[in-house]
Parts: sequence; C-alpha cells; structure tokens
Amino acid sequence: MSKSRKISNFFAYLVLIVMSVVWLFPFVCIILQSFRSATGEYGGMVNYLVPKVFSLDNYIWLFGNESKFVHWYANTLTIAIFVSIGQTIMVLMVSYALSRMRFKGRTLLMRFWLILGMFPGFLTMICLYFLLKLFGLTQEGAVPGLILIGVASSGMGYYVCKGYFDTIPKSLDEAARIDGASRARVFFNMIIPLSKPIIIYTALVAFMAPWCDYVFASYVAFGNTDGYNVAVALYNWVNTADYQGYFTRFCAGGVLVAIPVTILFMCLQRYYVEGVTGGAVKG
Amino acid sequence: MNKIKEFFKWIGNDLAEIGRTFKDGDWKTRVSYLIMGFGPAARGLVLRGVAFFAVEVLFIWYMVGFGWQYLTKLHNLGDTETHMDPDTFVTVYGDNSFLILLYGILSFILLLAFILVWRMNVRENRNEELRLKCGRSLGSNKKDLYSLIDENFDKTLLALPCLGIFLFMVLPIIFMICIAFTNYDATHQAPSKLFTWVGLENFKNLFSFGSGGFGKTFITVLTWTLVWAFFATFLTYFGGMAVAILINKKGIKFKKLWRTILVMTIAIPQFVSLLYVSKMFAADGLINSYLIKWGLVNSPVPFWNNAMYARILIIVLNLWVGIPYVMLICTGLLMNIPEDLYESAKIDGANAWQTFRKITLPYMLFVTGPYLLTSFTGNLNNFNVIYLLSKGEPKSVQLTGAAGYTDLLVTWLYKLTIQSSNYRMAAVLGIMVFIVVSVVSLIVYSFLPSVRDEEGFQ
Repeated sequence: MSKSRKISNFFAYLVLIVMSVVWLFPFVCIILQSFRSATGEYGGMVNYLVPKVFSLDNYIWLFGNESKFVHWYANTLTIAIFVSIGQTIMVLMVSYALSRMRFKGRTLLMRFWLILGMFPGFLTMICLYFLLKLFGLTQEGAVPGLILIGVASSGMGYYVCKGYFDTIPKSLDEAARIDGASRARVFFNMIIPLSKPIIIYTALVAFMAPWCDYVFASYVAFGNTDGYNVAVALYNWVNTADYQGYFTRFCAGGVLVAIPVTILFMCLQRYYVEGVTGGAVKG
Repeated sequence: MNKIKEFFKWIGNDLAEIGRTFKDGDWKTRVSYLIMGFGPAARGLVLRGVAFFAVEVLFIWYMVGFGWQYLTKLHNLGDTETHMDPDTFVTVYGDNSFLILLYGILSFILLLAFILVWRMNVRENRNEELRLKCGRSLGSNKKDLYSLIDENFDKTLLALPCLGIFLFMVLPIIFMICIAFTNYDATHQAPSKLFTWVGLENFKNLFSFGSGGFGKTFITVLTWTLVWAFFATFLTYFGGMAVAILINKKGIKFKKLWRTILVMTIAIPQFVSLLYVSKMFAADGLINSYLIKWGLVNSPVPFWNNAMYARILIIVLNLWVGIPYVMLICTGLLMNIPEDLYESAKIDGANAWQTFRKITLPYMLFVTGPYLLTSFTGNLNNFNVIYLLSKGEPKSVQLTGAAGYTDLLVTWLYKLTIQSSNYRMAAVLGIMVFIVVSVVSLIVYSFLPSVRDEEGFQ
C-alpha cells in the first residue's frame, strides 16, 4: 500500500470515527439518562450526563399503575399493526391496477392524485376530525379513528410499489393469461409472491409511521388520555410546565419505544434499502 | 379557447345522443330513462340492472332524507343562529355552517356522480340494443361477475382505495379550499355561531402589509421556508454522497459497521431522537451545561431564542437526520458506475476531484434527479423536524398570527389551526403551500435531465 493511500485512509477513519461519535451521542445520552431515578436523584435536566446512581425507577414507574404508559404503548402497537396491514393491501391493489391494467382515465387518475399530494396534510385536519366524529371515532374511539385515517387515503402512496411491479416482465402475465388464469389469479399467485421485498418495505414504513404521529393523534384524542398513543404522551411529558419532573421518564419511555422499532428495522434493513433506492431513482 | 369550444361541442353531441337514444329506442330503453337499469334487467342482465337501480334508490333516499336541505343552504351557509328564545328561555338550535358546507359539498358531488351514472345507464341501454340488432349475444350475469376478477379487475381493485381517497382526501381538501373564502375563525365558530362567504377578503389580508395584515409575516415565513428547503436538501445531499464515497473508499474496513451506525437515526423514531436533541440544546440542556462547566461561555447560548442561531442549528441538526438517508441511496448507486470509467480516467492522469466532478457527480445528479425533487418538496413541508426541534420559535411581536422565525408555512398553518382557531387564514396558507409546491415541481420537472433525456447514461 502506498504511503499516500495510508495517510488518506487514516484521515478517512478519523472522519468516520468522529461521525460515529456524533451520530451515536444522543442515543447514548438518552439511555444513560433513563437510568437516573426521577424520585431518588432528580427527574429534570441536569448539568451532568452519567447518573450518580443507576436505577430502574423510571422503568418501574412506567410499568406501574401510576402511569398509563402500557395502555398507550398497546394503543400505538395496535395502530401500527393495523395501519401496516391495511396500507400494504391498499398500496398493492392500487399498484397492480395502475401497473398492469390499461383502462380509461388511468393517466388522468394518476395526475389527479399527484396534484392532490401537493396539498399539505394538515390542511384537512379539522375536516378529518369532524368526519371521524361523525362515525364516533374520536376521543375514546381514537385508536380505530387513527387506523381509519392511516389506511383510507394510503392508496396514493403507490409510487415505489408500482415502480417495482413495472420491473416484473409482462410476458409472465401474458403466459399465465393464455393458460386461462384470470387477472385476479395472476395478481394473487404470481405478482404477490414475486414482490416480497416491496411488500416488506411498504409494511415496514407503514409500521414505523404511527410511532411518530403526534399531530393527528393528539388532535383526534382531544384530551381523552385513554386515546393517546406514546408520541402524544412523550411529547406532553417533555413540553408541559412540569417537564422537569418527567424528563428522565421521557428518556425511559423513549428507549422502550425505540428498542422494538429499531430491532425490527435492523432486521429488515435490506428491504428498506432496496425500496428507498428504487423509489429515489424512479421518483 | 379551443379547449372550451371543444368541451361545449362534446356536451352538445352528448345531449344529442341522449335524445336520439330515446327516440330510436324501444320501450325498455325509454323506461330506463326514469327507472334506471330497467332495460338491462328486462333483457336478462339482472345484475347490471339491479346495480343501476340500487344507485338510483340510494341517491333519492340520501337526497330526500338528508342531502337536499344542505344543498339549498349552501349559498349563504345558513341564516338562523343558535340563540335563546327570549320568551321561553329555551335554546333554539340554528344552522350549523360547518355541516352545511361539508354536506353541501358532498351532496353536490354526489349529484354530479349521479348524473354520470344516469348517463352510463342510457349508454348501456343503447349499446345493448345495438348488439341485439346486430344479432350478437349480450353475455350473461355469470360473465359479468367473472369480469370483475378478470378484465374489469382494475375496477374491483380501485374501488376501495378511491372511496377512501375521496372521503378522506378529496372531500376535506375541497372543503378547506371553500373555507378560504369564508370568515370561519375563532369568532365564527360552529355550531354556536354562523360563518358565511366573504369572497377574496382572506387573500387580500394575506397580502396586506399594514398593521394586523399578514403580508410581512407571510413573506418572512415563505422566504425562510424556501431557504430552509434549499439548504436542507442540498447540504444533506452532498453530505450524504460524501459519506457514501468515504465508506466505499478502497481499503476502508468495517463498511457495514459504519453504515449501521448512521442508519440508527432512521431506525429510531424521529419523535424520540429529535425531541431529545432539541432539549439537549435548551438553555438548561446538556450542551449548554457542559459549555459553561468547561468555561467556554459564561451564560447559556440562546440556541433556540435567537432567530439566527435557531435557523442555523436547525439546518445543522437536519444534517444529522438527513445524511444517513442519502448515504443509503447513494451507496447502492455508486456501485453501479462502471469501474473502467475510473480506470481510464486514472490512466489519463485525472485526480480524485476531477473524477468526482466529471464522472461521479453527473451520474449521480442524473439518476437521483427525481429524488432531489421529492426531497425538496418534502422539505418545504417538513413538519416533524421543525416542530419537534424548535416548535417554530423564537416568536416575535413583529410577526402576526403567532408565527416564529423558524416556522415553515406548514407549521404556521398548524399553529393557526390549533392555537388561534384562525381556520380561514390556515386554509389560505394551505392553498399557498400548494401553489409553492406545484410551481417548484413544474419548474424542476422541466429541467430534470432524466425526464428530458431518458436514454442518457444507459
């Protein structure tokens, strides 16, 4: 190895190590602070990083009767699972129709949806709230309400999936159709088994979104604590006047939220990269 | 002009065809004009007939029992306010402008849809008659059913998604566009108060620069939105590409480890990480406490209270969020560049910067053009990063509508809706966001090399 290569590699490693530290620093902090007891030591923000005494108080508090954290966690998990399933089905249906079938008004429909997508999502918030209220799906019914909102208009996010379907050769379809298979049969028995990566990608992205949904979740729950999800709860802990007492609890809750999502993501990372790269190139 | 002329010509032809069908048709067709689906049912296609008839019954039932009253009040959104009867002291419930507008729009759209279905019904009759005249068979109910999973499978698949998008996307958007032309705000809250049409008043307010007008604030927020989107997109783009190149560099070991570390920021819900990072930079946060402890500063740095600091910090922190994402995209694409291009460049004596400028960058810009566009428009509406980090603060008395110096148009829209119930201005802002996004998209789209020249680089 030449000397200049060695020097340049040294600097490359240096940059990478510094970056790794910067990137991991907040996560290390959040984990460390989650072990600082809110009652024994101090639950607010302090000017040191490593807790003086490591304790599991915050986690015990979260699982205890005093907080509804377990309930909120279950809410979020329910929403995430149902939205993930529903959204995947919707996206697959739309993608197949748009990729494989040629019908009147197809390009018109795609253009119309593209234009719709340019409106900011929050614009429709109050209207959606009243629509949900109409069905009785606000406040105590917030969980099914949020699932409905998450699934209902998800068909518009078909781009990545349709792009993937487009790469599956059409001659496969035609061969099956000549053998007498119906469109539905081609869809269920050929296209879906061939699209495992994109199905996993769609489901994964849909699963991760509800964990971050503060805006709609807090609006739909409208102060009814039973309808909260973890994002609303954590946000309130950090941003109420009382946050000094809840900061370490927020950290502990954050860790509990992050662990399963992160593990799931890391396991399915391969599919995620595939979907993201495909989506970036095709737009 | 030509398009309008064509449109009217098309309408004329259509009406003429409806008339001709009635004149030339048999009695089954003629009855179908009033009782939809009678013709197909009488000719043996019971399924189609029943479907048409069901649409007619449902529509009439909806309109008579529910929709019509709202449709008639749509012109002024109700005229009796909820009030207390002065004699009996009983509350008299008046009109609810919100529901009148919502159901009015719904009824109007359903009316149009019904006319369309009725037209389909007429054409169906005509087609059946023509087929019979030519001596061909009409098919059977069984065939109709089977077509729903075969040649008409698209209709089966798209029915549910389209219904969802209509109810939860199209209807609310039309509703909110209408709100922009009303005076619906904190002092005109349904159901106790009425609101009504005010024409272009809200748009005038947005561009009025006097005291209380939204003009100055709007310009400030819009400028910051565009500046933010520009920096957020391009800094993360080039940063991410640089990191990807760095990790791909020959002789670097543990490639997977470096990538995994960066990808952690995507995996961990932004909600947790960004909220935490925002608190890290607070006045009593970790960063400030250590800066003071080490004697670097005497008083806390006002990261979130100074407009300039907050803006720069947000852009920098966004690098932390955005770089891993771009890195993931670029890693795969960089490997697609043929190795021999680099080899021959090396033989010609090009240095690393030159190969990057002449080979890597053009290729990357070409393939990731669509990504850059979506990322730019995504950043224009990047609610999460802004709201979780700074909440749009610092606020200022110089800005109206509770806006702050790091507010984007969308976060401002959100604040107007939630905090000040100023729905009319929120709706106007929503329309502005749409205009900005669509104009940017149109301009960029026409410049995009991968659109102009699809065959290049292949």
